[in-house]
Amino acid sequence: MNLSILNGRVIDPAHAIDAMLDIYIDGENIIGIGAEPPGFKAKHTIDACGKIVCPGLVDIAANLREPGYSAKGTLETETAAAAKGGITTLVCTPCTHPVIDTPAVIELIQRKARKLAQARVLTTAALTRNLDGERLSDMVALRQAGAVAFTNAHHPLANTLVERRTLEYAATFDYLVLLHPEDRHLRADGCIHEGAIATRLGLPGIPEAAESVAVARDLALAEHTGARIHFRSLSTARSIRMLHEAHANQLPVSADVAAHQLHLTEQDIEGFDTHCHVWPPLRTLYDRNMLRQAVRDGLVKVICSDHQPHDADAKNAPLPSAAPGISGLETLLALVLRLVDEKVLDLQEAIARVTCNPADLLDLPYGRLKVGQAADICIFDPNAYWKLDTQNMLSKGKNTPFAKPVWEFRGQVTHTLFNGEIVYKQSS
Amino acid sequence: MKSNIQLHPNGRLRHLLTIEGLSRDILIQILDVAKQYAVLPGEPVKRSRLLQGRTITNLFFENSTRTRNTFELAARRLSADVLNFDESTSATAKGETLLDTLHNIEAMHSDMFVVRHNESGAAHFIAEHVAEHVSVINAGDGRHAHPTQALLDMFTIRQYKKDFTPLKVAIVGDILYSRVARSQILALNTLGVTEVRIIGPRTLIPTEAQVLGVHVYTDLREGLQDIDVVIMLRLQKERMMKDVLFPSESEYFRQYGLTAETLEWAKPDVLIMHPGPMNRGVEMTSEVADGPHSVILEQVSYGLAVRMAIMSMCLGEMP
Repeated sequence: MNLSILNGRVIDPAHAIDAMLDIYIDGENIIGIGAEPPGFKAKHTIDACGKIVCPGLVDIAANLREPGYSAKGTLETETAAAAKGGITTLVCTPCTHPVIDTPAVIELIQRKARKLAQARVLTTAALTRNLDGERLSDMVALRQAGAVAFTNAHHPLANTLVERRTLEYAATFDYLVLLHPEDRHLRADGCIHEGAIATRLGLPGIPEAAESVAVARDLALAEHTGARIHFRSLSTARSIRMLHEAHANQLPVSADVAAHQLHLTEQDIEGFDTHCHVWPPLRTLYDRNMLRQAVRDGLVKVICSDHQPHDADAKNAPLPSAAPGISGLETLLALVLRLVDEKVLDLQEAIARVTCNPADLLDLPYGRLKVGQAADICIFDPNAYWKLDTQNMLSKGKNTPFAKPVWEFRGQVTHTLFNGEIVYKQSS
Repeated sequence: MKSNIQLHPNGRLRHLLTIEGLSRDILIQILDVAKQYAVLPGEPVKRSRLLQGRTITNLFFENSTRTRNTFELAARRLSADVLNFDESTSATAKGETLLDTLHNIEAMHSDMFVVRHNESGAAHFIAEHVAEHVSVINAGDGRHAHPTQALLDMFTIRQYKKDFTPLKVAIVGDILYSRVARSQILALNTLGVTEVRIIGPRTLIPTEAQVLGVHVYTDLREGLQDIDVVIMLRLQKERMMKDVLFPSESEYFRQYGLTAETLEWAKPDVLIMHPGPMNRGVEMTSEVADGPHSVILEQVSYGLAVRMAIMSMCLGEMP
C-alpha cells in the first residue's frame, strides 16, 4: 500500500526512538521515517495525531489450534484477533493435530497464513515426535522448513535422559529450545497453586516445587549440554531467583512470562472462576510481584500472550475438569500498557518487551521500524479507556477473566499494518 | 467465595453449598429446625406434608448409597417426590456434559438437586446454572465441602454440650483430602468454639492449613490435651494406594489411632465422633467406637433430621 502515517508519536525501542515522526510506506515496506522520501506521493494517509505508532507486536507463544482443533480456533479467526490486538508476528506452538513434527504441517500452516495475510505466522516445532517425550524430532528438516525454535510445549519431558539428548542434539546446530518447566509427578492431579486458596477451596494443588524442581533440572542439563534454553511462562519467585543465579553463572538462558501472570494471582480463583484456571497456575501476590520485578529489571525481557482459545464447553465445567488457558491476543497490549500505568515499566521498556525483545530472542528481523523492512506497525490511542466485551472478540476463544467489569483498560489499538497493508482498523 | 449465591436477596437460605459465608444465625436456625424433626432410634418418626408436590433429585456422580439413602428418606418424610440419578447409569458416562445432564433433569421439573460429585466446585457450578426456582444442596464435592455432614455433627455436639463457645475440638486424620473436615472447621469456627485442632502426619495436612482457622498438631498426645470433642476421619484406602501418604495402616494406627489409653489424654467427658464409614482397628479400636464416649450412631440418626431441616428451609415455608 502507498501510505503515510502522519503526526504520530513514534516509539521504536530497538532504535531508542521516541519522537514525533511521520512514516512513509510503499508496497510492503517502510520507505521513510521522519523526512518524506523525495517524489513520494501518498495515496492514503492515517492521521495519528495523539496516538502512538510502534512496531507491530511479536508474540512468541500463541496456540492457534489449526490444524486439528478448529472448534477452538482457526488461523483465520486467530490471526484476525492478533491484528485487532496490534500483533503482526505470531509464533505458534506445536500443539496442533497433527502435531508440528513434520515439515508438511509447517508448510500447511504457512501457506494458509500467507493467503489470509492478517499476520505473520511462524512456528515452533515439536522437540520430540508427536510430543511423546521419547523420540527426537527431525530438527534439521523442521528448521529448514521454517521452525524458529523447538519445544515440547505443555508436555514437559519426564525422562531426563531424553531431555539431555534433545538438548545435546539442538546444541549441535545451535537451535533454541523452549522449555515449560514442570515436574509432572509433583504436579500430579493439581489444577491451581498449592497454597491458601487451594486449601480453602479443597482444590488439588500444584506446589511451587513442581516448577522449581524442573527449573533446577533444566538448568543443570543446559549447563551440561551447552544448549541455549528459554523458559516459557515462569510463575514463581523461586524460579526467578534461580534464573538470576544462572545469569550470574553466564548460562545462555532466558525466560518469558505470560501477560496475565503479571496481573492475576491465586486470589482471582475465588468462586471457582474457571477463566483463572491457567497453566502454569496463578501463584501468590508475592510471586506476582517478583515476576513484575524481574520484568522491570530486564531479567525477563519478553512478555507473551500465552494465547489459548477454547470453545465454551471447555470452560463450562467444574474447575478441575475445565481446560486451562486464556484467550489472550486481544488483551496483550492492554495488559502491558497497564504495567506502565502501575509504574512497573516505562512506555519504551514496555513496548520493547512485546516487540524487539521477543524478535531478538528468535533472531527475527521484526518488532522494529526500519527503512527497507516490512511495514509491520501498531497504532494505538494511549488515552482510550475501554472494557473487554467477549461478544466483540475476534478470537474463537471467548475465555478470558478480563471481561469482568472491574477490568478497565487504557490504551487501545486503532490501526494495525502488516506487510504494508491495513489489517485492522478500529471502527469509529 | 461468592457465598451470597447461597442466599435469597432477603437473606433466606436458597442453596447449601458450603458453610463458608453463612452466618452463625443461619447455622443456629438450621440446628433449631432440625431439633423439631430429631428422633432417636426406636422413637416414632416425624413426618410432614411440607414438601408435598415438590420434586427432589439426588444427582450422585460419586457412589454413596448411604448418603443418598438418608437424603431420600429425609425428602420422603417431608412428602416430596424423589428422583435418583446415579452416574453409573447416567448419560454423563456416555459423554454428555454435566450441563446437558443438568438441563435434562431440570426439564423434569425438579425443585431441588442434591449433588455429590468428585470434583471440588461442582456444586457451585451447578448452582450457577440452575433455574431461578431450583435449590442445590451439596452432598459432597471433591475435597471442598460437605456441609450437611458438618451440620449434623454440630447438631450432635449440641445435643451433648450445651454451649459451643468453651469447646476445644480436635479433628484427626486425613485433612488434606477431607471435604468433611473443611466444612466442620468452618462450622465450628462460625459457631464460636474456643479452638479447632487438626492432628495428623504432615502428608495429610494441607499446605498453609492455618488459613482454615485451626492449630496444627502432628502428635496425637499433645493434640488431645484438654479436648472436648474428637472427630476421627476415615482413611480412604483407595486414595492411599495412589499417593504415598503413610507407610501402613498399622503404623498409622500406632501413631494416630484412638484407643482406651490414648483417649485418656483428652477430657474425661470427651465425645468421640466419626462421619463413617469407619475402619475399625485403623482410626480407633472397637472398644472406643462402641464405648461410652462414642456418639457415632447418634450422628447417623440426627443426619436425617438435619437434612429434613435444610430441605424444608430451602424449599418450604418455615415449619
